Amino acid sequence: MGALFIRDIRLGLRAGGGMLIGILFFLTIIAVIPFGVGPDLKLLARIGPAMLWIGALLATLLGLDRLFQVDRDDGSLDLLIMGEERHMLALTVLIKCLAHWTASVLPLVVASPLLGLFMNMEPQAIGATTLTMLVGTPAITLIGAVGAAVAVSLPRGGLLVSVIILPLTIPVLIFGVSASYGAIEDPAPFLAPFLILAAITLFFAVLGPFAAAAALKSSTD
Amino acid sequence: MRLVGENVGGERGGERIFSRLGFTVSAGNALLVTGPNGAGKSTLLRIIAGLLVQAEGTIRLETPPTTFETLAAATHYLGHLNAMKPVLSLDENLRFWRSFNGTGRCSIDEALELVNLAVIRHLPFGYLSTGQKRRAAIARLLISDRPLWLLDEPTAGLDKTSETQFTGLMQKHLAGGGIIVAATHLPLGLAAMELSLGTSA
Repeated sequence: MGALFIRDIRLGLRAGGGMLIGILFFLTIIAVIPFGVGPDLKLLARIGPAMLWIGALLATLLGLDRLFQVDRDDGSLDLLIMGEERHMLALTVLIKCLAHWTASVLPLVVASPLLGLFMNMEPQAIGATTLTMLVGTPAITLIGAVGAAVAVSLPRGGLLVSVIILPLTIPVLIFGVSASYGAIEDPAPFLAPFLILAAITLFFAVLGPFAAAAALKSSTD
Repeated sequence: MRLVGENVGGERGGERIFSRLGFTVSAGNALLVTGPNGAGKSTLLRIIAGLLVQAEGTIRLETPPTTFETLAAATHYLGHLNAMKPVLSLDENLRFWRSFNGTGRCSIDEALELVNLAVIRHLPFGYLSTGQKRRAAIARLLISDRPLWLLDEPTAGLDKTSETQFTGLMQKHLAGGGIIVAATHLPLGLAAMELSLGTSA
């Protein structure tokens, strides 16, 4: 299992892995927003956490459709499925999700404080948004794995994956953004939405891999 | 150990392509699956590997070695695709499969020697030629131990020398009590039973 993690990290970091594309996309979205809403610094600071979250969500979706498709294209997926006896397929999926998150989503989280400056956010707001993204984005990857597994045999499933999983990620977005606001606006609570966000991630860490494994098993042809 | 198929039928896209196939292969023997294009050779192999569900009948491995509980766990599947990552080096690819599938008797160095790829093990897999890629995939069979080998057109892209070498590797596997089921158009140089799938429409 460790070998699978290392292999997928390596694939993510080497040419064509898409890690850089995700960060650039994130950067582009955030850089475009001030042009759209105008140079009102107060307004930018207020919508900052929400924009960072939406940007990170879209950038995460970008590479998700390839999660299993590359393995299917070169025949590895067959062998991963046949390895079920030694390594439970759901566990294999979980490891692939973790590797994908580490290689393509964690860099987004790391880049978000810098992009927070673009949005004229307070240091506390930047810290809270980064923390909620660190806790919440794994849930997006794990939900995305289900969509990616369902669409794995479709030749152009990329957009379909986004359409399938975007509605499912809305709770993550809601609680992520409300926890970020909870840290800066006084009456709003921080801890409650933050804990729910953590619970969503843990919930999908169990449900996502099992659902994706079931979809993968029926996808072979 | 025996691989037994009884009354096996296979479907592709809802269309029955073969039915009522029976075969028995015991340890040390090979079965060649032959037939024209579209006769269902690859489908049969994928059914044995557990990647497709058969339309009817049963396939089982009788008295398997104790280390393997199910048919899929006892099987090496070499399909049309080589299951290697183009951006990783040959060495990295094989090391991954060795740790994922389990350590076999043959080390990676030995396996690469056996398929004559030792000198280019540091190259990314994507840079290799078709025949070299196939040999790398054959090396994957050697580095983890599985009694049953399912080979789908194993010699596609191999030159004469490599073919002969591969025949030697298969004979060694059979001599060690293994089973080979191969779908092929070409004689593999093995003394083997033949299962001829019917002419397709």
